[in-house]
Amino acid sequence: MLRFFLSRIAVLIPTFLGVTLVAFLFIRLLPGDPVEMMAGERGTSPERHAELMARFGFDRPWWEQYASFLGNVLQGDLGNSIVTKAPVLSEFLTLFPATLELSICAILFAILFGLPAGVLAASRRGTIFDHGVMAATLTGYSMPIFWWGLLLIILFSGILGWTPVSGRIDLLYFFEPVTGFMLIDSLLSDQDGAFMSAFSHLVLPTIVLGTIPLAVIARQTRSAMLEVLSEDYVRTARAKGLPTRRVVGLHAFRNALIPVVTTIGLQTGVLLAGAILTETIFSWPGVGKWLIDSIFRRDYPSVQGGLLLIASVVMIVNLLVDLTYGLIDPRIRHGR
Amino acid sequence: MSLLEIRNLTVRFATASGWFTAVEGVDLSVEKGEIVAIVGESGSGKSVSMLAVMGLLPPTAQVTADVLAFDGKDLLTISPAGRRALTGADMAMIFQEPMSSLNPCFTVGFQIEESLRLHLGLNKRQARDRAVELLTQVGIPSPAQRLSAYPHQLSGGMSQRVMIAMAIACDPRLLIADEPTTALDVTIQAQILDLLVDLQERRGMALILITHAMGVVAETAQRVVVQYAGWQVEKQDVYGLFDHPHHPYTAALLAALPERAVEGARLASIPGVVPGQFDKPSGCLFHPRCPRADQRCVEVRPVPAGPELGQAVCHYPLGGTR
Repeated sequence: MLRFFLSRIAVLIPTFLGVTLVAFLFIRLLPGDPVEMMAGERGTSPERHAELMARFGFDRPWWEQYASFLGNVLQGDLGNSIVTKAPVLSEFLTLFPATLELSICAILFAILFGLPAGVLAASRRGTIFDHGVMAATLTGYSMPIFWWGLLLIILFSGILGWTPVSGRIDLLYFFEPVTGFMLIDSLLSDQDGAFMSAFSHLVLPTIVLGTIPLAVIARQTRSAMLEVLSEDYVRTARAKGLPTRRVVGLHAFRNALIPVVTTIGLQTGVLLAGAILTETIFSWPGVGKWLIDSIFRRDYPSVQGGLLLIASVVMIVNLLVDLTYGLIDPRIRHGR
Repeated sequence: MSLLEIRNLTVRFATASGWFTAVEGVDLSVEKGEIVAIVGESGSGKSVSMLAVMGLLPPTAQVTADVLAFDGKDLLTISPAGRRALTGADMAMIFQEPMSSLNPCFTVGFQIEESLRLHLGLNKRQARDRAVELLTQVGIPSPAQRLSAYPHQLSGGMSQRVMIAMAIACDPRLLIADEPTTALDVTIQAQILDLLVDLQERRGMALILITHAMGVVAETAQRVVVQYAGWQVEKQDVYGLFDHPHHPYTAALLAALPERAVEGARLASIPGVVPGQFDKPSGCLFHPRCPRADQRCVEVRPVPAGPELGQAVCHYPLGGTR
């Protein structure tokens, strides 16, 4: 198990280096630069432009800039935003809890509905329920996030008036952030209605962000279950006279979990990408919206730092997923 | 009353190209404490007919029979709960591939104790003690330690012993062994067969042994049913069958035994393969491969002969004058 763990960690090192390089180059490939963006429509003289670029160090060759970026990253310094002058890391950490809260809710929503839907569809293969799940998940998977978000806003916020349109909580409530998670902080604040307000703000973004992962998890669960249900050991379980619930829910499901857990891990990457759109639709004050704004401003340190941090989160989640394989499957645990 | 009573069992599968009949008109009665062997090549419907008895066929299968009863209980009309109470308790089954028949995610102990707790209502402690006892009975060394082993840590022979322990856990009155030794090494095969026969004798349970090895039949069974392409072509006691086979297929199977080969000659074999869904012959199903077939065999479907001719489903049974 320890060897398994160390080998997984070792794989992360080249991945991490690759991510720093991509994050660094990506923003520089876009036309324009921070000075040009700050100067706005009036523009600036070429001399002044060159002077400012030199002050930020953007006149040096890119590999030099990359080397110093990498050196700073390894010392835990992601640089300061060109626009706000604040450290990128602290800006990110202020906003990240909002994104994390939304993402956790979305993936829980996706797992909570996706897993049972997939298991039931597989155990009732070919029935109307199965076809219904397959059709619904395909629709959900194909729906563009922004379009789906707008539809839900029009229906639930506009026509029915059940949920608020944007933000994390009503302006009526104010309390100091403790955990950064609005659901928890609102409970801790002891203000009447604060939790319900936070909750109702979270419902639509959670559904919008969780729809694609839900669809993918449901379909992956179904196909993994179908494969496992035809295995010999499932027949053995039935030959013991176990109730179908136990045969499907324990003997088959446990074996179907590995591909499903892998999918869930991979979906966290999709989730953080989706968060950028979802946060923009719902004016959710998270890192997604911040990252978009930074890209428009060509705020090089914020974009490369933000991308790196998000990629690190995805890598950590996938590492955790890899480690759960050992818990699920004894063959991996025993190093076979 | 027989322990297991099957009359006119037919199993069909719904396939993309229509119904495929895997088993047709199977009759079998098994008495308490008896060993019956079902022999035939792969594709003869041996497993399918027994899976039908156990209720383990996939939902695409359609099972019909005049009688399908275990210990007087009608298995065709039994409720799902009633069926589950029998399965794994009064009748149990072991399979061809022991390595893939055990669930890789759970320990051996968990998998044995599971049925003990379900059927006998034992608590954790009692189930554990009983599991140790069972592993001892099937000849697994240091059984208490083995309980916490996972299937991937066991060899094929060990896995099959665990499967047997699981199957006999609740003292079944009928054990169906579906080619239990096919996937094992030759030396292990003999051990597993000995174990099965020994357990059968000590517990007085009935044993149905599905196999395609005539040698296995000779060593273990009392009565033999020869099955071909879903038909039961011959039924005899083991001595009669080996001395005087009445169906040409039985004779061909026996002739293919290496022990009966003539020195210096090639080993005998049966040309061709068992017909499948798309090439079912007319008349007698065996006629394309039968050295004695004539026009009548091609056109007319044979009916079973009398018991003196092993109920051979043949127009020209060996040793007969029809």
